[in-house]
This record gives sequence, structure tokens and C-alpha cells, in this order.
Amino acid sequence: MPVPDHLNFYIDPSRCIGCQACVQACTECDTHKGESMIHLEYVDRGESVQTVPVVCMHCDQPTCAEVCPADAIKRTDDGIVQSALKPRCIACGNCVVGCPFGVPEVKIEQQLMKKCDMCYDRSSVGKKPMCTTVCPSQALFFGTREQIEQLRPRSRPVNEFHFGRQTITTRVGMMVPKEAQAHYVDVTAAMDERAAARHISLNVIDDPFAEVKA
Amino acid sequence: MAVQPVNPLRIIEGFGPHLAFMSGDRLSTAVEPDKLVKTHCCFCGQQCGIQLKVKDNAVIGFEPWDEFPFNRGMLCPKGVKRYLQGSHPDRLLTALKRDPAAPAGFSAMGYDEAITRVAGEIDRIQKQHGNDAFAVLTGASLTSEKTYLMGKFARVCLKTRYIDYNGRLCMVSAAAANKKAFGIDRAANPWADILKAKVVWISGANVAECAPITTDYVWQARENGAKIIVVDPRITPIARTCDLFLPIKPGRDVALFNGVLHLMIENDWLDHPFIEDHTVGFDALAESVREWTPAKTAEVTGIPERSIRQAAEWWGTASTSFLMHARGIEHHSHGVRNCLGAINMVLASGRIGREGCGYSTITGQANGQGGREHGQKAEQLPGGRDIENPVDRVHIAKVWGINEADLPHAGVDAYEVFRKIDRGEIKGLLSICFNPKVSLPDNNFITKALEKLEFYVAIDFFLNDTAHHADVVLPGSLQEEDEGVVAQLEGRVIKINKAVDCPGDARQDWRIIQDIAAKLGRTHGMQFRGPRDIFDELRAASKGSVIDYSGITYEKIEKQFGVFWPCPSEDPSGKPVDHAGTPRLFEPGSWNPIAKGAGPFYFPDGRARFNVAPYSPPAEETDAEYPLMLTTGRVVSQFLSGTQTRRIGPLVEQYPEPRIEMHPRLAAKLGIADGDWATADSRRGTCTLRAQVVTTIRPDTVFIPYHWARRKSANQLTISAQDPISKIPEYKVCAVRVKKADAPPEYANELESQQ
Repeated sequence: MPVPDHLNFYIDPSRCIGCQACVQACTECDTHKGESMIHLEYVDRGESVQTVPVVCMHCDQPTCAEVCPADAIKRTDDGIVQSALKPRCIACGNCVVGCPFGVPEVKIEQQLMKKCDMCYDRSSVGKKPMCTTVCPSQALFFGTREQIEQLRPRSRPVNEFHFGRQTITTRVGMMVPKEAQAHYVDVTAAMDERAAARHISLNVIDDPFAEVKA
Repeated sequence: MAVQPVNPLRIIEGFGPHLAFMSGDRLSTAVEPDKLVKTHCCFCGQQCGIQLKVKDNAVIGFEPWDEFPFNRGMLCPKGVKRYLQGSHPDRLLTALKRDPAAPAGFSAMGYDEAITRVAGEIDRIQKQHGNDAFAVLTGASLTSEKTYLMGKFARVCLKTRYIDYNGRLCMVSAAAANKKAFGIDRAANPWADILKAKVVWISGANVAECAPITTDYVWQARENGAKIIVVDPRITPIARTCDLFLPIKPGRDVALFNGVLHLMIENDWLDHPFIEDHTVGFDALAESVREWTPAKTAEVTGIPERSIRQAAEWWGTASTSFLMHARGIEHHSHGVRNCLGAINMVLASGRIGREGCGYSTITGQANGQGGREHGQKAEQLPGGRDIENPVDRVHIAKVWGINEADLPHAGVDAYEVFRKIDRGEIKGLLSICFNPKVSLPDNNFITKALEKLEFYVAIDFFLNDTAHHADVVLPGSLQEEDEGVVAQLEGRVIKINKAVDCPGDARQDWRIIQDIAAKLGRTHGMQFRGPRDIFDELRAASKGSVIDYSGITYEKIEKQFGVFWPCPSEDPSGKPVDHAGTPRLFEPGSWNPIAKGAGPFYFPDGRARFNVAPYSPPAEETDAEYPLMLTTGRVVSQFLSGTQTRRIGPLVEQYPEPRIEMHPRLAAKLGIADGDWATADSRRGTCTLRAQVVTTIRPDTVFIPYHWARRKSANQLTISAQDPISKIPEYKVCAVRVKKADAPPEYANELESQQ
């Protein structure tokens, strides 16, 4: 059975609380055999508690499949991009490098790329993927577009992304705020009468040729 | 003498904590479970519905329970991995006796022999030193049937006044304040009311980590237009995107509440008809907050004046609201006053007892609500009845078939039990569902007291850290090995269902307790055939009380997805009714057995009470020697003293060891970098942990999560100062100093992260 067209996966990182219920539950999906197919990252724990759950975006034209020299990555007709086919995958890691969202991981010991398949054994029989079921903040949501629009009037789903000259459309929707607002990131800013402008420093190399010159 | 039989490292080698991971049937894709059991998570007070997959008398996984209305399938990582506590290598399969000659300090003993030994020692100690020389300590993760039985066991079978429970470290400040203000101790509203609130005020509650499912309710309220106000010394995940964050100094909560009340009065953001018709004491309160000007409030709380004014305006002018708090304001030597301050703000707004207008503490433990209802508290009898009230005493004595004169009087709080042990007044102890060596403050003192016991018996399914001191350990049951009810954080009574049988010699706890009673030859009232029997007596004991369970049945719980108490079996005229329960308290026109129709609150005049709540600083202020404030709390992947969660591999991997959290400004001053070993000292103890340098905490405060034992325990540092009314310890603030450690601690080479 295919995953029904009207049901979709939405990610809202603004809701994520970093609890890892999604990662832990992913290992419990029968076909994942105790391994998690997704990951959850702190953006920069030193500066914020912001975390981002990384699940597959299920691209309409998956870069991972396009760059696969072994033609091991298949997208089923319902738009789900599956893990690499074991007999074909050569664990070269092209997909890992190619994916603009940072999704696939090569399991070195298994010589195989594995990634989120939207819990295909569940979603293809009308159940929600494990991570969306358990997610306590519903940062990961599975349902119809009408449901998400009704439940989340402050945000809208986006499924078109631009990376340089590449435009990618995805089956999975990313919720973005209709109106953006600043978030609290530093206790001291909230303690002062007038919060100072936030100091941002990037890891810029002052003089890229310093070493050579020396 | 209950000293540890051998070096604790040897005990840990033998009994753990070791880690369990998925293996065998739990990994197989081919195994079909024999059955799915609808039940609830064993951990926090939210009591999420879950289905356990059972195969060959083992829990092999879970399936979400989408229909249960509170969580609709949602679970936190603890709920997802909770099943790995079953079939665990550390599980106690026999009774144990202290044995210094055994490699791990304990050797197996026959169950009957163990019961005989326990009964013999209880009898000996009570004959030699009196009934009160033997104490009982219990817990709020037990089902209500077990908590009822433990209270009855202590008072009827052991005839000791000394029983108390670990809710003393958890719910008692909120409970005392609720009784003072409302006359009843329960969340006032179902969580569905959060969704209809236009302002959600969260004080001292790390909702995202300690009550994760509640996050969705808060986020959904915001989608519906609510403003979220969070008061905390740390930017927790719920605070990151809130509309207003108030970075309060630990221990100053009531000052903030009084400051907000001051502004509400100044701007006339008050519900005068509600105050007039449904409360008493407003004038005295108004007088008491006159001094709490925004400037003074800002100075005391460390929150900028503009934020206090903004919060007061949002709160003052809201049409609907929900105020929640948790241990952050309750774990204080003035915890009751902090809660009363919060309640005063709610009552002055008049926003309670209606849809979208609510107030609640967020219960911590599985049965944190039910565990404080039916008589395992030092001063309380079943149905929330008062052990010093003559009418209540007569009622319960009748249910128990004893003379009122034989019913012991009030005992003392759990910490005082240890002071009495230290002073030699209490010689023997039975503990169940309590790990005070990790969970009580200033726990070096607790260890010293434990060592003075003549006899200590612990009931547990794993050898917890306190049980290292036991003379006998009786193998108890996991939550999934028994049935019974718990009351979750909304006041909804739900049913835990049995999934598997106890392994080996392990027994359901109620059997163990009754076996001890039988061996003592004191079987009166201790011959229940099972939880259903106990529940029936509990219902009868609670009938007519504030906490009326008489109309609740196991069947009604199943049919309705839980029943909110009070649920009486008769209407006010005494006619039998099929009551559906009471999701929302204090609705206009509601009847209760105290007010008898005079008003919605549980006092004879039906009116709520404003209570003057003066501010006083924490018991231990910072000074030149100890210049920093320490505050403690939880992480999402661990629970309480870690007896269960420190044995679950995937949860340990998520956050392996405690870290000491500090702001980069403080870290720079101390010369500490992220990941360095840092030593925190207080007047009571010392603790060396790795530093976590983050901007999400006040620079004058450090934070350590408390789930770990011995040298990693935050409670080596905390202070045993207690609230004079509730006796809750002041876990949330004490004075410490921090420096970069000279070398890694000894334990770094001896112990695994969870040990």
C-alpha cells in the first residue's frame, strides 16, 4: 500500500524541545531494527537550547538518488525516498555529501546508507510514523494540510527550498512563521533594562595566508 | 548497624546500575506479540497512555495508544524506552541479606526466611523500644491501593506513628497552599483548559523536560492566541520562544507575585465582583503588597522593571488564563508562601472555575497526586482526612475495625525521620519506593543516619543506592507486574494494568506487606485478596470526604478514559448516583461536602481564602565565601533518583552524566572552559563534575541535575532547610563556590557514567 496522498509530514523546529523522543522512537519502528534513521542536533548549545530534528524531506527529485553512482536509492510512487538498496549500495557516501538537508548517513560497519523512510511499514498501512506519534511538542506532525493549517494559524508550510541555483521541492513541509519574532537566547539580555544588541561572531579567519607567510 | 557491607564499588559491580539495550525478541521484526496491554507510563505525573507489547511473559516493546485523550499517543524518551526496565540483568529475583563475605556484599536468601527475619526484627525492636521505634518510608510512584495499604500497615499493623513518603520532597508545598486557599488539594482544571487560555503563566517549571507532553498544550494555546510568560533562572526549552521571559533569582518567587499583585491593584486589574462574592481576606493582602513597588520587586527578584510591568499588564488584562507552577517555586524554605503568592494572583483575577481559566501545580511523580490522598502522609488519613481531627479519626477507625484510641497520632516528615534515626529514637526502618540516599538534601547526613539503624529492610525491584545499607532486601514488583489506580496531574484517576507476572521470587508489593503482617501474627485488616479489594475499602474510607472516590470503579475508569475525583456515590440527599467525576473544580453553583452549597470553594462559607504571603530570603544567602547560588532539577532522559532510568541504556546515552551548568561570564571569571572538570563546594559537601558553559543560565547561579548517586550527587551540596508548614526541603537554592578542579575526580576511572 502507498502512503496516502492527503497525509503528510510537517516539521516545525520552533516547537522542538530537544527531548529526543523522536530519535528514541525511531529505533522502535519494527523495520528499523533498533537503529535510529533520524538525528536531532543542537544548533549551538553554548548559545541556545534550540534543537533541530533532522528527518528526510523526501524530495521530488532527490539529490541523493541523482548523485548515487550505483543507482541504489529509489523513490516510490507515493513520493517516499527509501533507504539504499542493500545489494546495490557501495557505501561511497556521495548521497551524504550531496543531500542539501544533511539527512543520509552511511553505516560504515554495515557498508550501507540508511535514512528515514517515513516509517514505511507504518505509514503505508495508514499509521503515523513513530516520531510524529510520540513527539511531545508536535514539532513533528503527520496529518492533512487542512489539519495543520487549522491547528497552526501562526505559521505556514513551505516545501520549496533554494540551495544556490538548485531549487528543491519536497513531500515533507517545513513550518515557517507568518511573522518572525526574536527569541530569547541569553539570560543576561533579559536581565538588563535595555537589552543590548546581540553580539554575533563568526569563525572568520583574519588572514587566510598568515600560516603561509610565516 | 546498617553500614554498607563491602566497598560500594563491589556492590555496584554485582548489582548495577548496568545498562539494558534492545536485544532478542525486542529487535526481531518477525516476532508477533501475544498481547497489547493498555496501561500508562511508570514515570512522571502526566501518566501518558501507552500499550505494552507482551511476548512470553516479557515486555518486548510498545505501541502508541492514540485514543487516550491526555497524550493521544505522544510520549517522551522515558516513555518510549521504559519497557527496557523489564527482564533487566540487575533485577532482584530473590530476597537478599547483607553478607560482608559475599563478593558484592549481599547473598540470596529464601523468601520465607527473609519474611521471618523481617517480622522477627520488627517485633524485637518494637518490644524493646516501643512501637514508634520502627518507621516506614514510602513513595508516590506506588498505586493508590499500595499507598492506602502502607498507611494502614503502619498504623494498624505496626501501630507506629512514623510513616511518611517521598512526596514530602515533591508535592507538599503546593498541597498545603491549595488547602489553605481553596480547602482542597488538586489541580483545579483539566489540561484542556490550557488551550482556551489567553495568557499562560509558567513559574518554576521546566515543562519541556519534566512534563514534556504538556508542551503541546502550551504551544497549542499560543497558536490559539495566548501569550506565554515563563519565570525561571534558566532559559529552558519552553522559555526559548516564550513571549516574555522573567529571569528570576532562585528563591524570590513570592516577591514577584506580590509585585504583580501590587500593579494589579494600582491599575485596578481586579475582578471586584468575584473578590466580593467568593473570597475573604483581600484587604489584608492588598495592605501587605503595598510595599512591593516595581522598583523593589525588580531589586529583589533580579528581573528588570519593564518586564515585571509587562507581565502584570498581560496577566491583569487577560480575558482567560492558566497559571502553572512546579518544584521551582515549591522546593523552598518558604515554598508554601510562594504557592500562596501565585494563588493570590489567580484569585484577584477571578479567573478560576471557568472554561479556559485555570490554576495548577504540575505533579512530579506517577502518583504524585494520588500518593498524597490516601493516608501515607505523616499527618493524614485516607480521603485526605486529618489524623488529628476527632471526627476523621472515628470514621477511619470504624472502616479499619479498630478503636479510635488505638489509632496512632501524627508522625513527622521524612527528613525528620532521619534526624530521629540519628538521635537514636528510631531504630528500625522499612522503605519502599524511596531512595533517600540520593534524593534527600545534605545526603552525607542521610548516610550517617542510615548507618545507625539496628535493622533496615528495603523493598525494591533493583538494589537502589539506599538499599546498599539494608540488612534484608525484599524483591518487589515493577509497575507492569501489578494493577491499581493512580491519579495523574489533572486529578484524573486512571488504571495501571498488569502486563506480566513477577519473575523468580519477586512478589507484588501488597503481597509482601501482607506476608510480613501475617508472620507478625497481626493479620487484622491485612488480608486483602488483591488490588480490587483494597480499592473497594479505599472507596469506602474516602466516602463523604473532600477526596471522594466512592463513585469510581475500575470499569468506569476504563469506559471514560479515567475519572476525575471527587466522584461521590451518592448525591447530597443521600440518593445513589452514577457520578461522572469532576474535571473542573470551583465551577459556579457547584456543591461540595464542606460548603454544602454555600459556594464553590471547600470551606464552610464556600469562599476562597487570600493569604498574606510575606517574602523572606532563602535559608542560606550567598556571601564572600560561597558567592554563587546552586539550583537543582531534572533532565528529560532521567527520572528521580535514577533507580530505573540509570539502568536503561538508550536513556543513559542521551545524557550520560551530570554536568554543572554555568554562564560564560562566570566561567570566564573562574577560568573554566566547557567540558573542564569543575568542583562545587557548599558548607555540606563537595562535588566535581564537568562544566557545561551556556548562556541559558543566570551568571550568579549554577545548575546541577540530581539523578545520580554518591560522588556525582547534587544533594551532597543542598541544604536541609525546610518549609515550616509543608516540610519540603530547599532544593532550589543554596550557597556554593565553584573552582576549576585540579584533577579529574577519582570516580572518573572507577565508574561507568550511570553509576
